[in-house]
Amino acid sequence: MDNLKVLVVDDEPGIRLGITRVLQPFLVRVPESEIDVGFSIAQAESGEEAIAHLRAQPVDILLLDHKLPGISGLDVLEWVAAEPRDWLTVMITAYATIETAVSATKRGAFDFLAKPFTPEELKATVAKTARHLLLQREAKRLADEKRQVRFQLISVLAHELKAPLAAVEGYLQLLRDGVVAPGSPKAAEVLGRSLERIEGMRKLIVDILDLTRIESGQKKRELVEVDVREAAFRAIETATPAARSRQVTIELSAPERLGMRADPGELDIMFNNLVSNAVKYNRDGGRVEVRLADLGDRVRIEVADTGIGMSPEELKQLFGEFVRIKNAKTRTIQGSGLGLSILKKLAALYGGDVSVESTPDVGSTFTVTLQKQ
Amino acid sequence: MTRPAPTILVVDDNPDFLEQMKLQLEAGGFVALAAESAAQARELVASAEFDLAICDLMMEHADSGFGLAHAIKRKDPRIPVIMVTAVASEAGIAIDAASKGERAWAGADVILDKPVRYEQLVREINRLLKLGA
Repeated sequence: MDNLKVLVVDDEPGIRLGITRVLQPFLVRVPESEIDVGFSIAQAESGEEAIAHLRAQPVDILLLDHKLPGISGLDVLEWVAAEPRDWLTVMITAYATIETAVSATKRGAFDFLAKPFTPEELKATVAKTARHLLLQREAKRLADEKRQVRFQLISVLAHELKAPLAAVEGYLQLLRDGVVAPGSPKAAEVLGRSLERIEGMRKLIVDILDLTRIESGQKKRELVEVDVREAAFRAIETATPAARSRQVTIELSAPERLGMRADPGELDIMFNNLVSNAVKYNRDGGRVEVRLADLGDRVRIEVADTGIGMSPEELKQLFGEFVRIKNAKTRTIQGSGLGLSILKKLAALYGGDVSVESTPDVGSTFTVTLQKQ
Repeated sequence: MTRPAPTILVVDDNPDFLEQMKLQLEAGGFVALAAESAAQARELVASAEFDLAICDLMMEHADSGFGLAHAIKRKDPRIPVIMVTAVASEAGIAIDAASKGERAWAGADVILDKPVRYEQLVREINRLLKLGA
């Protein structure tokens, strides 16, 4: 990490030199990291010179004497506060009265150093200021990143909803305009297709809600003792109609009992994702195997299919958000592209992970391991 | 004298758009041949007879609409091709539909922006096939 830039503004050369000597070799541990940050010191002997320096190059921390020959330290502080920068000012003053303190704080000073001060006092104050600055910057960076991610999510979501909405709109117009005769077999087909698109949109929205709740930590988690097999049963039951319509069989192999502490809702989301994918991406007449295993402190869930599989390149992009593997074999399969990233985030809540092995046209096996806790 | 209903090849990789186009054309008295991919369309170009083609420009390979239009023109340069595209809004490429040169470059007689209004499409079909009044 770059050194933090400090500007020392004092009309006494001894003070400037002393501060420079103390801070030059000084290192501060960056909060919540293993990194130390050092300081580069510049000097100014008047308020005018300080402002000229600050105009030319921004600094991180300003050590500012209150009593200066020309314009006062408080004037400089006022100028600094008006600049749209995140630098922090420490006032140095021989008269550490309540009035100067209040007055400087109002003008935006972060802290004080009362003259005379020891090298230790200087270091303590500068360290505190530096940590505050770095935390503040880190918080801002995270907020920016979050805003960016949210924006991306919204624009992709809008894009994903546009196509099915346009489809439903088109079908309804055909019915309204009598292009398709109401009550005819064609009309039933058109309505069926419209409902399919609406279902797709609903699933996308449910997935988005799951994802945002997991990410924001707003999702209330209820950890209770559960039998993992029951979640598997429920998911298999849910997927059975879709599986039956394509003659896909689903088999479960599990130990007599498999308990862990988990949120039943989260477990359901994970199993539903795994099992419905295994059906969706299977071939007609294919097989899905759900295998549960007790690994002592962990639970292993394997879901294997006999489906279209994925190439090594496709596997690499698989866990990204809104990534749907697009090829001739998947183009008729509906999905939000969020299922696996939800699965991965949920598994992480259980100190677990998701891995996948796949061979094109042979099948894929997804393996999830979860800590029993 | 009654003429046989003109046959129209419709190619779009969006199954909903394809189905809606087919229903509209059939209701309008045309015979519709639908293809979901450029590959399927090429088979039809080789095996079936049709009077006009409506192709989506952007299918799974970015330029497959272009390729298809050229294949149709190679089969019979008199078959009109209507290119339907959302390119301007989706890829930021604009084809100047009014420019003869750009239409020829795209292999199309007419270029229409998505979403396509059916009345406009029928007007273009009638004009290209010299049908109607």
